[in-house]
Amino acid sequence: MTRSEALSAEHLAACRARLDCRLPQVDGVFADCLREAIAVLTPAGVDAYLDCARFLGRIGRGAEPLLAFLEEWPAVAGSVGEGTLPVVVATLQRLHRSPNGKAIAPFLQSLAAVSRRLAAGGQLQRYLDLTLRLMEQTSGSIHGIHKTFASPCLPDFLVHAPTLLASLSIAGLTNWVDYGVRNYAAHPERQRDYFRLQSADSRAVFQRERHGTLLVDHERLLDLYLRGLWGEQALLVPYAVASEAANPASPMPPAQPYDDAGGIRLPDVLDDACGVSGIDRYRAALAHIAGHRRWSTPLVADNLSPMQRLAVETFEDSRIDTLIVRRYPGMRRIFRALHPRPVAGACDPQRFSCLRHRLAVLSRALLDGEDGDADGDLREFVARFRQALADGEASSQAMAGLALAYVARTRRQSDQLPEVYFSDTLVDYRDDNRHLWRFHELSDDEEMFAEHRPASASAEIDCLPPRHYPEWDHHSQSYRPDWVSLYESLHPSGDAALIDRLLDRHATLARRLKRLLDILKPQERVRLRFQEDGSELDVDVAVRSLIDCRCGVTPDPRINMSHRSNGRNLAVLLLLDLSASLADKFGSGDGEQTVLELSQEAVSLLAWSIDQLGDPFAIAGFHSDTRHDVRYLHLKGSSEPWGDAVKRRLAAMQAGYSTRIGAALRHAAHYLAASRAEKKLLLVLTDGRPSDVDVSDGRLLIEDARKAVGELDRQGIFSYCISLDAKADEYVGHIFGHHYSVIDRIERLPQRLPELFMALTR
Amino acid sequence: MTDSEQYQVRQEPFYRQQGNEVALYAAAYAARLPVMVKGPTGCGKSRFIEYMAWKLDRPLITVACNEDMTASDLVGRYLLEAGGTRWLDGPLTTAARIGAICYLDEIVEARQDTTVVIHPLTDHRRTLPLDKKGELLRAHADFQLVISYNPGYQSLMKDLKESTKQRFTAFDFDYPEAELEATILASESGIDHALATQLVAVAAAARRLKGHGLDEGVSTRLLVYAATLIRNGVAAGDACRMALVRPITDDRDIRDTLEHAIDAIFACG
Repeated sequence: MTRSEALSAEHLAACRARLDCRLPQVDGVFADCLREAIAVLTPAGVDAYLDCARFLGRIGRGAEPLLAFLEEWPAVAGSVGEGTLPVVVATLQRLHRSPNGKAIAPFLQSLAAVSRRLAAGGQLQRYLDLTLRLMEQTSGSIHGIHKTFASPCLPDFLVHAPTLLASLSIAGLTNWVDYGVRNYAAHPERQRDYFRLQSADSRAVFQRERHGTLLVDHERLLDLYLRGLWGEQALLVPYAVASEAANPASPMPPAQPYDDAGGIRLPDVLDDACGVSGIDRYRAALAHIAGHRRWSTPLVADNLSPMQRLAVETFEDSRIDTLIVRRYPGMRRIFRALHPRPVAGACDPQRFSCLRHRLAVLSRALLDGEDGDADGDLREFVARFRQALADGEASSQAMAGLALAYVARTRRQSDQLPEVYFSDTLVDYRDDNRHLWRFHELSDDEEMFAEHRPASASAEIDCLPPRHYPEWDHHSQSYRPDWVSLYESLHPSGDAALIDRLLDRHATLARRLKRLLDILKPQERVRLRFQEDGSELDVDVAVRSLIDCRCGVTPDPRINMSHRSNGRNLAVLLLLDLSASLADKFGSGDGEQTVLELSQEAVSLLAWSIDQLGDPFAIAGFHSDTRHDVRYLHLKGSSEPWGDAVKRRLAAMQAGYSTRIGAALRHAAHYLAASRAEKKLLLVLTDGRPSDVDVSDGRLLIEDARKAVGELDRQGIFSYCISLDAKADEYVGHIFGHHYSVIDRIERLPQRLPELFMALTR
Repeated sequence: MTDSEQYQVRQEPFYRQQGNEVALYAAAYAARLPVMVKGPTGCGKSRFIEYMAWKLDRPLITVACNEDMTASDLVGRYLLEAGGTRWLDGPLTTAARIGAICYLDEIVEARQDTTVVIHPLTDHRRTLPLDKKGELLRAHADFQLVISYNPGYQSLMKDLKESTKQRFTAFDFDYPEAELEATILASESGIDHALATQLVAVAAAARRLKGHGLDEGVSTRLLVYAATLIRNGVAAGDACRMALVRPITDDRDIRDTLEHAIDAIFACG
């Protein structure tokens, strides 16, 4: 302070003159800012500070950028060093020269918060580069030479940057920004939503890039923990902590875990803290809740003041932790690491209400099991607590008695003060103990409305809820999480006679197929000869061995035979592309037919053939109308017999919409994967390249389909494509590898399809 | 004739009674009723039978069944010799001849057509037709048939036929109560009781996960292994990992949970 006090009036006037601007708003704050700057910066740094301020005052953007800089820079320099000013100035100049001048103020306003997060060397530079790159990529131009339109998202991005960086590393932030730019470059409105963290996929990508332990990724592990170590089960429901974590100065304390009828609520993400990994923090929270479930009994709350309740909860929590540690001694290390260490006497009873603080000190002492240099009351209550738990588990009631005595003994007038001392008093693995209290009288300060909400009229459910599938984005080599919504339903029915007529038309073909099928039909038992151990004596070989034996030659001991069953163990799913191109016609004059009719014939024949063989066989169709509406229609279930119900559905097949094949493949795979058959075959019958109306990049869906086929492969599902598109060679090989056939003469499809199937499964 | 001495159980096997199963078994044997023992793997089924054979002073012939086992593996077969063929009794036939207890372990592993050969031995006939040899063997008066099976990993393919099941009286075994199991561990391996209790707590955690990724919980047998390792100077955490966790699972989540349980119980984390 000595240096700032030394700031003379002349010096101040000289510095003010260097700014060379007459904005009246500056006068009010300049002296204070300059004092702070002189306190933090070197003299050279102060010079640079004034130069930059002068530049900002003269760019004609009003007082806002200048004020932001004057106020924020000393703090920024405090966290990243004043040597970073030149690169910041360079960034400001770039912003100024582009049409994005409006972003200068938000840039400077968020800079202090951002630089606190990026204090480590070089990270700020990466943030600045990222900002400039975002600006370049999203500023529009009309004639393609000069950027003439401001980036729609840049100011929003800069405003949200501190929030984002609270949860993302700079690398994660880069990925998040790249994703937004890639997908919404041509759509200013959606771009803005994305960078304001308002659109669904913006949040999804944000979640994916977060650091820390996500609850969704470890739900099973925690469920196993709860079952295995505690014999409890509960639904684990995440609640969002991002908004609180983003703002360290938030007046609200972060939400605590809690346990209610809807399940155990836990934070959606936990970072490692105090040397305890995120997963162990979850386990500590679960252990504490499970401990309450096991050992706590509810108490009547009406007669107790809030402060008394707080004390009862503290004693009860300590009892639970003690019992947990007794049962699982290894938890002591985790609890001790996570429990705050309030310093006795840190709270000034003249200014604050100290009860919370006193209880935290007590709770720490009970957990540590050592009194140290505690005062008399504390020591006495620690001893009484131990006494209560010395033989047995004590009870919630006993703890309540102890707590009330404690509150009565240590009460101070200042406990009624409105300012509560909160530092180091929140034990974040403990829940909020809402299960501990019963209220006899309904009062209006409890949230009673939550339970009596009238059930909303349930909408008529005509299809299953959508399933979400990711889609592969080959530009970024990453999945777009939950990108496609897929609805499944039963295919509507038509007239079965149509299919029978079609089958009749191919009667000769059916006869030919039948001969082939008979060869393929599984032979149940196969004889294995020449076995040393077998179920039966193979007389021929035995006699030969006996002759050898009599001749004094070493006999062949493999004189038994046994049987092996040779069943086909195969599950087949035929996936039909029902997109609009199916309605195309070919042929001419009387012979004119649509591809749809031919597909119906071919599928009917194939279904009939497979039915003869007895393999489990399912048929499904799909089409799509943007990523929000992919339809998956069941035509035949795998255990459903080939009969009129199936024929009716086949007869009603319609062509429409587009071909978003990746999601359909993934959904089909989900059914096949559930089958217990040894071999799983997915046949895809399609007539064109993957496409959809909301995708302009032709390669995107092809690459996604290729990725989906790879996923199927890893699940042990063999996929095979039959394409009716004469130009399919360009892409189908890329998707399916060698596993495809292109049928050029489309009218031969009814014959080729069953033949292909038989060749595949021979 | 077969030497029945070799099948005799000479030393008293360690067995701690869980209920009144010893008396019940003795009663079943007195009436020569066939016995089935059910229960998860490693809970002491085989040990119980061995103990009863010792207590009743009967020879014990044990056959571990597998899916390649055929009827002739049980009954017997002709072997080729220089001078012709020679009949060799299978274990079941031997037991019926000498009056032993024949114990078919994990009977469901054998193919169903194999298990039918025991049928005539298990009802009032108490005979075993040796059709290849043309002999109808009448079982020795002291002969008894015992089978074990583990209903835990029933697959659709592997279950006993109803006609087989209904020929047996049955004992249902389970892992012993925690206190008893700790006693068993302590006397079996020689570790102290407190440590044994901790090991049993680890097993309890694993057994609660059955059906959630574990097909079977940690068996008493594995606990004895762990205890033996600890007694021989291995650190408790390592012994548990080696004997209790790694053998039963490859599932990462389950392994993490169990390892956490070990750390929490032994406080070595």
